[in-house]
Amino acid sequence: MITRQRLAAGVCALLAALTAGIAVPSAAVADETADKDAPKVDLVLDVSGSMRTRDIDGGTRMAAAKQAFNEVLDATPEEVQLGIRTLGADYPGDDRKTGCKDTAQLYPVGPLDRTEAKTAVATLSPTGWTPIGPALLKAADDLEGGNGTKRIVLISDGEDTCAPLDPCEVAREIAAKGIGLTIDTLGLVPNAKMRVQLSCIAEATGGTYTSVEHTDELTDRVNQLVDRAADPVVVPQAVEGTDACAKAPTLDSGLYTDREEFGQARWYRVDVLPGQELRASVSVAADRGVGPSYGLLVRAVTVHGREIVRGEAAGTGRTDVISTGLRYPKAELDDADGEVKPAAETVCVEVTQSFSPADGVRTTPGLPLEMTIDIVDAPDDASDVAAFGLGRGWWLLGVLVLTGFLAGLIWGWVSRWRIAIWRTN
Amino acid sequence: MRITSVLRTARAAALAMTAGLVLLGGAASPAVADSSPSAVSSEDGDAPTQAGTSFRTATEIEQGRKATANGSAGDYMYWSFPADAEQRPTVTATVQLPESTRSASSTWQLDVYDGLRRRQACQYGAQTRTAAQDADLVTLTCVLRTVRAWSEPWANDPLPGTYYVRLTTTELATADLGVPVSAMVRVDSKDMGGAAAVDGSLAEPLVPGIAVTGAENTDSDEDSTAVLSSLEPEDGWSSGWWSSRWVWTAAGGVLAALAGVAGYALTRGSGRPSRVPPPGA
Repeated sequence: MITRQRLAAGVCALLAALTAGIAVPSAAVADETADKDAPKVDLVLDVSGSMRTRDIDGGTRMAAAKQAFNEVLDATPEEVQLGIRTLGADYPGDDRKTGCKDTAQLYPVGPLDRTEAKTAVATLSPTGWTPIGPALLKAADDLEGGNGTKRIVLISDGEDTCAPLDPCEVAREIAAKGIGLTIDTLGLVPNAKMRVQLSCIAEATGGTYTSVEHTDELTDRVNQLVDRAADPVVVPQAVEGTDACAKAPTLDSGLYTDREEFGQARWYRVDVLPGQELRASVSVAADRGVGPSYGLLVRAVTVHGREIVRGEAAGTGRTDVISTGLRYPKAELDDADGEVKPAAETVCVEVTQSFSPADGVRTTPGLPLEMTIDIVDAPDDASDVAAFGLGRGWWLLGVLVLTGFLAGLIWGWVSRWRIAIWRTN
Repeated sequence: MRITSVLRTARAAALAMTAGLVLLGGAASPAVADSSPSAVSSEDGDAPTQAGTSFRTATEIEQGRKATANGSAGDYMYWSFPADAEQRPTVTATVQLPESTRSASSTWQLDVYDGLRRRQACQYGAQTRTAAQDADLVTLTCVLRTVRAWSEPWANDPLPGTYYVRLTTTELATADLGVPVSAMVRVDSKDMGGAAAVDGSLAEPLVPGIAVTGAENTDSDEDSTAVLSSLEPEDGWSSGWWSSRWVWTAAGGVLAALAGVAGYALTRGSGRPSRVPPPGA
């Protein structure tokens, strides 16, 4: 059935390509999400005292940020719900405790009123501390609810001044909530320490870090990030694997996410009918400092513990993720009389990763794990190396011609000999 | 299985019949695959201008088209493209580095993963390259192995389906983290023809999420929800039924028959044997 439709779709695509002369398949990528909530973006802007520094295109950092915000607000796609949060905007004093709580919602996350938002931004003036950690926690609360994509864009010009709450840990905890939130960070005229901190925040949530030296860079990047939030993405479903197959959750086709601690094995179960193929791909992300060598092993094991097939990956150096996958086609039953209803085989999928935590890095929550499970029809078994056992090449032609020629000769001689016999009789 | 796949390939077979007249394999299968890429590559108007940041958000690109993206040094940029059996994809990436403000050299790397997110080896090409502090451009290339229509589940052979490209820097000075870079990626395939035609075929190409999308989209091609991967090759996934091996084998049969006739004729000599008196003598 599906194959027939593909033929039809393929013919349509070919026709359209011929008439329009353009590539069709990308048209299939729809940009509207039917049953999903609107994407939400929270822009978190540092309004600390240091934003007064005049080092971006001759103006202050604050002026650059304001100009960028105005342009971004104009270009924000209709469907995106945008909010703005400030940090260090209100408390000018020296009390650290108060200064480190100074974060406020300037414009609530919701349908965007451009004029109102712009007016709110215009009122800002550089004031206080840089409480990045608390601001991120509050921003995550701002984005609470709904199943659309969620994105925090943090724009800062200094590292967090509110230790011991490490903003990097905060980011990791936010990511561990499993609400699919991404934090992108932008550093205005950054120094080394700040780069490390901001990129740590970004990497903890699968986001990106950008250094900004010019206003147009800031505008382009923030626009790009807001647009990216509007792109439809498949949201994975959270599962919790167990340490043994017997207790493991049973998964169907889909995209799943889990957390796997260092040195831990995660088990899942998948039911596969005869004539079906299990495809599992797993990736484990390094969302914190990890050792330079790492690996990932995915095994498909029977309930009795026999290994069917495995996928392995290993790597060294800087990475965001390590991934591998496996395929297990289960053969059709031989005695398919239709009397015995084929029973599904339970396949246990075990995931182990061999990341090692870098010194001083917290080991909980575990590393984010993403898994795609697909159960499709199994392929035919190949009965030969070559397609249908057919041949190819000049050697083949030579052999065939020679054989044919010899056969012709022999046939000819045999028939001459038979005629001679017949004549003598 | 085979019956439906025969249906699917009716079109390919029709093309192949015309191509078959050209005789002898080498020329036959490119004619099937070549239906439109040249028309496509001239239209770069709506080529993707950004990259994804993970497997899940990878930007889909078509073969033969240039995709560009702006990002920051240290970003992980992801693209995905479809590759079909008997193709040998070549991924080329060019990274444009900022003119100034860099403090040290940086190492860039291109990785290719298949639809199961297994890393695929590059046969040739500079997959990793170090850019000197004052270099403007880094060009990376990866020539994959030829995609096979089928392989055993225990093998790591490239199979038809989605392929992921990841471009990132593996070594970077902290001071260069986050500086703006722009990247250009292009995937081209060489058609390896019947030499790479293996027996067997996958029931479904290795496209992530195909079990979910395949089930939902039975009624309409219009696809309103996000999917992991939706691009197909220009003329759909091949069924693995056609290959130039049919032409070679059939031509071999014809030549063998001719050679047989020739061999037979040789034993008969020309005209009547001398011992046999002519009729009426």
